Amino acid sequence: MSLTDLEADASLPAAEEVAAAGPIQGRSPWQLAWARLRRDKAAMISLAIIVLLIVMALIAPLISKWIGYAPAFGDRKLGITEDGLPVGLNGHHPLGTDRLGRDLLVRAVYGARISLIVGLVSTALATILGVVVGAMAGYFGGVIDTVLARFMDVTLSFPYLLFAIALAAAFGASTPLTVLVITFFSWASIGRIVRGQVISIKQREFVEAARSLGAGNIRIIFIDVIPNLLAPLIVLATMTIPVAIVFESTLSFLGAGIDPRTPSWGNMLSDATETYQVAWWTLVVPAAFLLITTLAFNILGDAVRDALDPRSERLFAAQKAGRKKKK
Amino acid sequence: MSQSGDALVKLEGVYKHFPIKQGIFFKKEVGRVHAVDGVDLEVRRGETLGIVGESGCGKSTLARCITGLHPITKGRILFEGQDIGRSPGKAFRRDVQMIFQDPYGSLNPRRRVGSIIGDPFDIHGTASGAERKRRVQELMELVGLNPEHFNRFPAEFSGGQRQRIGVARALALKPKLIVCDEPVSALDVSIQAQVINLLKDLQDELGLTYIFIAHDLSVVRYVSNRVAVMYLGKIAEGAEGEELYERPRHPYTNALLSAASVADPDAAEKRERIVLIGDVPSPIKPPSGCRFHPRCPKAQETCVGEVPVLIARAGDPADHVTACHFPVEAGEHLAREQAAIEQLSTEPTLPSA
Amino acid sequence: MLRFLIRRIVFGVVVLWIVTLGVFLLFFATSKDPAARFAGKSATADTLALVRHKLGLDQPLTVQYWHFLTRLLKGDLGYSFVTQSPVNDMIKSALPASLSLILGAAIIWLLTGIVTGVISATKARTLLDRGITAAVLVGISMPAFVVALTLLLVFTSKLPIFPGPGYTALTQNPAGWFQHLVLPWVTLALLQSAIYTRLTRGSLLDVLGEDYIRTARAKGLPENKVIYRHGLRSALTPVLTQFGVDVGVLIGGTLVTETVFGLQGIGQLTVRSLTTGDLPVIMAVVLIASFFVVLANIVVDIVYSFLDPRVRLE
Repeated sequence: MSLTDLEADASLPAAEEVAAAGPIQGRSPWQLAWARLRRDKAAMISLAIIVLLIVMALIAPLISKWIGYAPAFGDRKLGITEDGLPVGLNGHHPLGTDRLGRDLLVRAVYGARISLIVGLVSTALATILGVVVGAMAGYFGGVIDTVLARFMDVTLSFPYLLFAIALAAAFGASTPLTVLVITFFSWASIGRIVRGQVISIKQREFVEAARSLGAGNIRIIFIDVIPNLLAPLIVLATMTIPVAIVFESTLSFLGAGIDPRTPSWGNMLSDATETYQVAWWTLVVPAAFLLITTLAFNILGDAVRDALDPRSERLFAAQKAGRKKKK
Repeated sequence: MSQSGDALVKLEGVYKHFPIKQGIFFKKEVGRVHAVDGVDLEVRRGETLGIVGESGCGKSTLARCITGLHPITKGRILFEGQDIGRSPGKAFRRDVQMIFQDPYGSLNPRRRVGSIIGDPFDIHGTASGAERKRRVQELMELVGLNPEHFNRFPAEFSGGQRQRIGVARALALKPKLIVCDEPVSALDVSIQAQVINLLKDLQDELGLTYIFIAHDLSVVRYVSNRVAVMYLGKIAEGAEGEELYERPRHPYTNALLSAASVADPDAAEKRERIVLIGDVPSPIKPPSGCRFHPRCPKAQETCVGEVPVLIARAGDPADHVTACHFPVEAGEHLAREQAAIEQLSTEPTLPSA
Repeated sequence: MLRFLIRRIVFGVVVLWIVTLGVFLLFFATSKDPAARFAGKSATADTLALVRHKLGLDQPLTVQYWHFLTRLLKGDLGYSFVTQSPVNDMIKSALPASLSLILGAAIIWLLTGIVTGVISATKARTLLDRGITAAVLVGISMPAFVVALTLLLVFTSKLPIFPGPGYTALTQNPAGWFQHLVLPWVTLALLQSAIYTRLTRGSLLDVLGEDYIRTARAKGLPENKVIYRHGLRSALTPVLTQFGVDVGVLIGGTLVTETVFGLQGIGQLTVRSLTTGDLPVIMAVVLIASFFVVLANIVVDIVYSFLDPRVRLE
């Protein structure tokens, strides 16, 4: 997918608007994409949900105080029935409790912290690693490329879940290890895409133009290559976050992720395996939080891609025209 | 073309080969593309040298060798008498600029026009801040762009306007030589004339020297003082413009000219068309002797074994050089000739109707 | 073609070798003394030494690795530290459950994925397409274990249609085999078919934007033929690539589904051996998993090079 093409098309309405309004300032491709994104209702709702989740994670202690229970506190008076079962949704525990009488809402809010931190940090690390390795492989080519590309292939061929669990068994489950494991198994797919993009950008004439002007490699990488990578990178990163969140919860669920005592959605779901048949909310509450979060990121990622690549719209228009002619 | 005048650039036996590599982990060279294969050329100060040839003849590679984008495999490139070597210095980068073929690909879509044109000032540290902006706007005015538009993005301009941006960028450092690599072939015909006239005006105004590469013979004829014809990495023929167009000596030049469009319908009617057999052979394994022999209607045994030298042939002016053992004589009908050797006729022959 | 094949196989062997080295180092560098675990808590120093000698743990790492590799080349995966039974047998008894799960699920997800993908692409931007796209987004947003647990909650405890977790061999009781596998199949297939729908839709839309499709339309070919004869053929190439890789990956990696549904397959064997630190089994499972990934990659490359001859030149 060539970025010039889409900007060529994207700019036409903008040029008109600019002419009509009078000012000389051109709208950058980013501003155009943002304008398109703002018109997408589902994307805006998803963005609002993500912001809400972040706020919730930030003020988790306040929510905990407001409900009146700490995340690790097992409420033996009101949180467990006489038979020792979790209690359902009620005034004291708005979303019920788990098998130890711990408040599910409070735990879910604290779980959001873990999920978001793991999701965002490992995506950020994976993206940085992927860009550095992919860009080096693509830009310098030759032996460097051969070695790095093979390295990425090998990483992608690893049965990653097995390795993740093996590592957790060897070093003990912990949050930093989880982040590292997720990073290690996510960067290569980003690196591969970045490499492909850099190879195609490198062959574009504007890079040659910069070289013929006497620009050095560093200047070319930062001024000419990376800005053209940002659009696909934003899409990739947005799409990697939910994958990382799911990965974290799966590892935690298998006992190979976050420390089991820490409230995280995966750990809550792991606890729920023992109680879900008698207390459905122990399963549904963390599952709902998890699903809403990953869904919001996925919808946003889709929308960002569409906003940055209006070609998919045109493609559809051409197809529709084709169909109409048929009828 | 080795006659000296006031030579700005001189190419001496320039070769550019691209290795083809294959292998599992350690790539070894299995062949090479002979993109430029022994070119001697001279560009005089203030003139326009046109280079024509089919796609894949190595003319774009040659352009990139002259601008120092491709380090050459063998030979010497002298700029104002100085060998530019494998990695040319900043001074050379300032004096020699390039205008690219693709007005869409040669401008970074993510940057504003002002910073694209101002790039040379940043890289060479010659102007910054308000001074840079003033000079960018001057340049925009010079090439016929609205200076108020310096904050716009390339996508907001038409193809012709973008090529003007490319021209402005090339002019920024007041270069001595501009290599134009098919600067108009991606443009509409109506726009082509505007850009070509702009280039001509700028040459008169600023005393520029051009190397003008194109496959369109009429465009080259219009802009060039001298013309060189390239075939498979070598110069086949070179001469002063009108001389080459009126009295082509190399059979390949004849064929090229016969394929070009002629404005006068009467002349077009009378003209003979030479249809070449087959495709351009692969530059990985170029033919022996004269590179053109497998497709040449005049080919003899000599052409297979001996490489013809690029010299002035009998009866030609000193700077009309031809690399051919059997140059075409005036009044000769090439289309009717039959080569004395087996031709490269892999293509099915068309029915005579 | 042969060169291409050799290159792929050599690369695959190298990957496998790196995997063995990685696993070996990881475990010997980090795990606690397996002999101590093997010999039990009350073992004397002498017994411990004996056990170490028996397991070959008293030899240098390089020698141990060399023994491991030579045995491996003979197809011998060694003995479990925990049960002392041959690893080959353990793998053999775990394979049927894993294969049943994956092959059954693969058929479901490939069919549903391609069918909904084609519908979605040919009816692009209609209400139907939007619905499918939304469903796909939900599908790819759900972790497998959440789906699995939800299915169990609904279909075994709320509406007891299917039996709870467990596995019956096909040879023992085909009906029981089927009943036990329906929910695991649906779990796996649900997620995978979401991915395949998306892949098919994207790929087909890309292809339908190509010039040769326009040519086919311009020549007056009926729309159905344009889509199925010209479009789908090339659109399915990336889908098949993904399919090969996925099947390979899953044979060693349906940990979650197997664990939740109590299927005694490779995945469960892995989780169990990981928790007990049973190194030979872990090595074997990782190797088998990597082997299938590598094999699948090679098969895909070969199929691909038949479908798209350009790949061979690379």
